[in-house]
Amino acid sequence: MTVSSVFRRCAEDGRGALVGYLPAGYPTVDASVELLAAMSRDGCDLLEVGIPYSDPVMDGPTIQAAADTALRAGFRVRDVFTVVERVAATGAAIVVMTYINPVLRYGVDAFARDLAAAGGLGVITPDLIPDEADEWLAASSRHGLDRIFLVAPSSTEERIVATARASSGFLYATSTMGVTGARAGVDAAAARIVARCRPHTDLPIGVGLGVRSGDQAAEVASFADAVIVGSAFVSAAERAGAPGAGALAAELADGVRRAGLPQPV
Amino acid sequence: MAGRTSAGTGVSAADGIATPSGHEPDERGHFGRYGGRYVPEALVAALDELAITYEKARHDEEFLGELNRLQRDYTGRPSPLTEAPRLAEHAGGAQILLKREDLNHTGSHKINNVLGQALLTKRMGKTRVIAETGAGQHGVATATACALLGLECVVYMGEVDTERQALNVARMRLLGATVVPVTLGSRTLKDAINEALRDWVTNVDTTHYLLGTVAGPHPFPTMVRDFHRVIGLEAREQVQERTGRLPDAVAACVGGGSNAIGIFHAFLDDPQVRLVGFEPGGDGIGTGRHGATLSEGSPGALHGALSYLLQDDDGQTAESYSISAGLDYPGVGPEHALLKDLGRAQYRPVTDAEAMEAFALLSRTEGIIPAIESAHAIAGALQLGRELGPDTVILVNLSGRGDKDVNTAAKWFGMIDEGESADDADGTAVARESGTSEPGATPDTSFAEPGARTEGAQL
Repeated sequence: MTVSSVFRRCAEDGRGALVGYLPAGYPTVDASVELLAAMSRDGCDLLEVGIPYSDPVMDGPTIQAAADTALRAGFRVRDVFTVVERVAATGAAIVVMTYINPVLRYGVDAFARDLAAAGGLGVITPDLIPDEADEWLAASSRHGLDRIFLVAPSSTEERIVATARASSGFLYATSTMGVTGARAGVDAAAARIVARCRPHTDLPIGVGLGVRSGDQAAEVASFADAVIVGSAFVSAAERAGAPGAGALAAELADGVRRAGLPQPV
Repeated sequence: MAGRTSAGTGVSAADGIATPSGHEPDERGHFGRYGGRYVPEALVAALDELAITYEKARHDEEFLGELNRLQRDYTGRPSPLTEAPRLAEHAGGAQILLKREDLNHTGSHKINNVLGQALLTKRMGKTRVIAETGAGQHGVATATACALLGLECVVYMGEVDTERQALNVARMRLLGATVVPVTLGSRTLKDAINEALRDWVTNVDTTHYLLGTVAGPHPFPTMVRDFHRVIGLEAREQVQERTGRLPDAVAACVGGGSNAIGIFHAFLDDPQVRLVGFEPGGDGIGTGRHGATLSEGSPGALHGALSYLLQDDDGQTAESYSISAGLDYPGVGPEHALLKDLGRAQYRPVTDAEAMEAFALLSRTEGIIPAIESAHAIAGALQLGRELGPDTVILVNLSGRGDKDVNTAAKWFGMIDEGESADDADGTAVARESGTSEPGATPDTSFAEPGARTEGAQL
């Protein structure tokens, strides 16, 4: 299985993909395995497993608090490989989302090697831009991992081109200027950034930041290839555990199916 | 330059940005392997805009003229160089010269950078400024510049720091700034920077992040350094006029490293001048409670740059500690990381106790109450003097004044109880303590022997 094959399968199914995020080790390592397995079983096509970090500058209060909980419970970076391996064993497709310093500290090549061995498919790097990524580009190629870089509404065309060229698997478009967290509505900037990326890449384009409901998922899936949901899963897990996270996955997946294949905007 | 008096150096305040230092990073802001941009893509456009605006301004006579005018008429530059002979008696006979950044408007070197960036903010057409602050000195300087130039100002400050630097919180609010206490993480400077970065990602169209030190993503380490190079350029000329030679050593405190890089830079190409940065040793390196990033840390990425940082085996940032809020930071500017690796500068820890001894000593011998941050540099200069011996000249960057630290110091020296404030309504807390001093008691030691808390430290 690869990230590309996940997107291909969804397209054959006449729809986009649902990507669900949860920090590894939240609230404990075992509980996070159970939550992620439920999210996958009940509707997520791809899981984004976060590495809790002390200084998550791209994250809003919900994910910050979840990372704190995991770290206080004793989460270690090496635990992410355990989580990935156990959840992958249920048949789930998994990428990791991590700030770069834990990877630098672990060793970039060693991290790529161990993640690939655990069954991970790629890494999303919110504070690593391709300009600084030489070592990661080499390590990800060596170990067959996809590298998913981010573009933002503020990205210039030149940077969209360079970022898309460095990316594989899919391109992650942040829908709005800001940090993670559920929002009331989908920002109009989301459709614009996807439209700006299309001419420059054949990669699927996923949109994240702010989605929390089936209706919002349907709206995003009408123009993007993937709907990425994070904070809402953390809140659902906190409120109602694995059944809650599973129920949210089902609602969001229903929204994604309703939208069908993304249309040009 | 010859024939000018030290009261009016031949250095213009804007020389630090107008003339290249000869020690530039590569075009993407790397000092050796350090620096660069470890940031979300969303910020790259703003960083590019800032770098371009700064590069244009450096070559724009109108900008340089405006900065010069403000630094002279508003900040009060050039700052004087003061010889400290009575302090020097405790430094093995070395001559100690203090670069008086404490006499700048707002009370520290921070104003040098803030005025420059505030002018750039106007040039970029932005109307809102955000800043982080630890001790409050950068926050006060930023609030001041925003008041002067009519910019909206929001300052993020760790909740712990708002308590230990309450006076500066009040100053910022008087100047019209909004102070946001940060209640996340360690509730100190590191977390204030996190919150400022989150604000910036969200509001970058209208907002400039006026970063207060030589850390962060490119172009901040270079630009902030250049705004502070005036410190070293002035001091170099003043020391030569005063002594006819270059100093044997330059001492500065290092938290993020802005005042240190500002004074070091003028001497980088003089290998005979030792450059020594003094880091917050807190309770002592052995206790693990300190902020000595270069002495004890390891390379990693934090707040947008690769540099040394205090971290655990997993790359999670470790909590730093110092009595000095302005030095209480687990990161440091990337150029210092390079200078350390090259061996061009040395970095050593100074404990809370050593810094407070020096704080007391400078107050009693020279009538200058330093910021606790700067007291680390004074303590370091005393060490250097004893090591280098008589007939040596030591230049110290006295980066800030100690008014903001009166409560902390009064508590440290047992003048007031933990829960009290030095400015309690009736003033009895302080009056009571000062009444216990015998008239004629040895001035150097009456409160410079604060008892158990500084045991082992020597004057």
